[in-house]
Amino acid sequence: MAVLTLLDAINQALDQKMADDSRVVVYGEDTGFEGGVFRVTAGLQKKYGVDRVFDTPIAESAITGSAIGMAINGLIPVAEIQFDGFVFPGYTEIVTHMARYRNRTRGRHGLQIVVRFPVGGGIRALEHHSESIETLLGHIPGLKVVIPSTPYDAKGLMISAIEDPDPVIFMEPKRIYRSGKQEVPEEMYRIPIGKAKVVKEGTDVTVVAWGAFVREVEKAIKLLENDNINVELIDLRTINPIDEETILNSVKKTGRFVVVQEAVKTYGPGAELISIVNEKAFLHLEAAPARVTGFDITVPLAKGEHYHFIQPERIAAEIKKVAKF
Amino acid sequence: MLFKDYEPLKKKQFQILDAEGHLVKPELEPKLSKETLLKMYKTMALGRVADIKALQYQRQGRMLTYPPNRGQEAAQVGAMAALEPLDWLSPAFRELNAMLYRGVKLEQIYLYWFGNEWGNHFDEDVRVLPVNVIIGSQVNHAAGLAYASKVLKKNEVAVATIGDGGTSHGEFYEGLNFASSYNAPLVVVIQNNQWAISTPRSKATKAETLAQKSYAFGIPGIQVDGNDILAMYVATKEAVDYARAGNGPVLIEAVTYRLGAHTTSDDPTIYRKDEEVQAWEKKDPMIRFKKYLIDKGYWTEAEDKALEEENNSYVGETFKKVEATGLETLEDIFKYTYKEMTPQLTEQYEYMKKYLEEEGK
Repeated sequence: MAVLTLLDAINQALDQKMADDSRVVVYGEDTGFEGGVFRVTAGLQKKYGVDRVFDTPIAESAITGSAIGMAINGLIPVAEIQFDGFVFPGYTEIVTHMARYRNRTRGRHGLQIVVRFPVGGGIRALEHHSESIETLLGHIPGLKVVIPSTPYDAKGLMISAIEDPDPVIFMEPKRIYRSGKQEVPEEMYRIPIGKAKVVKEGTDVTVVAWGAFVREVEKAIKLLENDNINVELIDLRTINPIDEETILNSVKKTGRFVVVQEAVKTYGPGAELISIVNEKAFLHLEAAPARVTGFDITVPLAKGEHYHFIQPERIAAEIKKVAKF
Repeated sequence: MLFKDYEPLKKKQFQILDAEGHLVKPELEPKLSKETLLKMYKTMALGRVADIKALQYQRQGRMLTYPPNRGQEAAQVGAMAALEPLDWLSPAFRELNAMLYRGVKLEQIYLYWFGNEWGNHFDEDVRVLPVNVIIGSQVNHAAGLAYASKVLKKNEVAVATIGDGGTSHGEFYEGLNFASSYNAPLVVVIQNNQWAISTPRSKATKAETLAQKSYAFGIPGIQVDGNDILAMYVATKEAVDYARAGNGPVLIEAVTYRLGAHTTSDDPTIYRKDEEVQAWEKKDPMIRFKKYLIDKGYWTEAEDKALEEENNSYVGETFKKVEATGLETLEDIFKYTYKEMTPQLTEQYEYMKKYLEEEGK
């Protein structure tokens, strides 16, 4: 079995789906000839030609808006937005049309579209290159929003996303694009959208994370080795629809709940997950649920980002507080 | 060639049939069959009655907000008559006549403005996207339709319509630029009806014409008398043929006028003078087209009167049918958010259903 990075795994998924289905087209700013600024789409244009793998003008609203017409007229667009912060010029088409088209036409035009982009901080980048915007997409009815944390999941989720009959926002945690490799099967396989994964079973505290932060929680768990706290770690994998069942089953067992999100705190996914736990597992709780989050500030530039981005030590400290509540 | 003769910076407006119904460019008169010409005229006549009645229904509190089309019939139908059956229309929202010509049923159009999404569920073979309320964005959708047509070698052209106000929008530029860079078969028809609610065309841009914006994309542009249905047909036909041949997009500016209000919520007497409206009433596209048809011996006043009566009763009956549809079902407002309801939606739907049952509603 090949050992791949998360980036390579996404490339392989795109490659295999393009070979499998001639309707799939991959495009975005610098996506074709160069293979994207991170090289996620490297080699695809050479293999599938300039009609199916192409560079676009720097116009995010044309990238997301044209996907709608392409999907209606027989293609399966996989549109790339170069960075998380550049989604916003294309956000209007996603929110006002892409998410609503099936409903607006009472099922006449469902849109089989993937919009993919690198997400999150940790690479000492410029402004607008380090945003965690899962709330802004997970809040929109009609969209599915996924974020993988491992190469294996990245491939399986991408294949599911391309095959999904509804628009899927595919967020790629850029800080782990190349850090960490994993055995990835050569054949095509699917990870279902809407299903979380129990990464590590435990009995004392349920911790939910996603994307790059699954690994950060694993580091925190290591730091807690001598504290006699047995953490159950869940990788959410899909921001919307939320896999409530996996979370609630875990909380009913542990009685304690912590959410880790890189995104700013207020109205973040953590608030939603804690509400679900409060509504549906309240009497099982032995401690107030907690959030470990970014702060309600603009993501700082490189010299200040270490305060904002969550370190494993801070996660460990919060888990400890909840365990000893 | 038409686009050379009427290059926007030559400041010429393309016209074949003047306001009095005289052929000012007889050599460019399109060779349309009697059948096609009458289909065009009958669509406009039905559109006009449906438009006027929609306003009445709204005033009676039976119809919701509605955007009147009166005055723009030729600009819409003339353009649509140039399309092939498999071509696409990506419309804005003031498109009653265009949609009727392309096969959307009046019942569906009324149902939508009556407040029901089923009005956007067109028949499968109707190549029209739903009413688009977000200004300008339909140009991007049409660019995508056109791109797909090109790479799948479908030979279809996508036509987007947009108002003069919409040309201020980024998506107008992004969509046209995107399609132009791939020579995708897109035609954009600007319905320049002079007013974006209360903002006159002159305040929306310093550009003297909207057609000249074509230079920025490296594509042909042409300004057309939008109340001259023959000129609209000829210009759009040339544009559609040009796009279909793989040359890329064309931009058409149809100079027309919204004789009515922006929507039923708008009072145009606040921002424009009666004299202006009266001057445009004289340029009503229906008057000159009817005269043209009568002069050709294709139509008579008696037939016109009979058609109006027929349309009156057809529109009345259609609206009655729409009114009888009542409210949507609870299931319908949930069911089409995704192909399959998510667990969250199922739970919310079941909750509301139970709540309504318990309340006896």
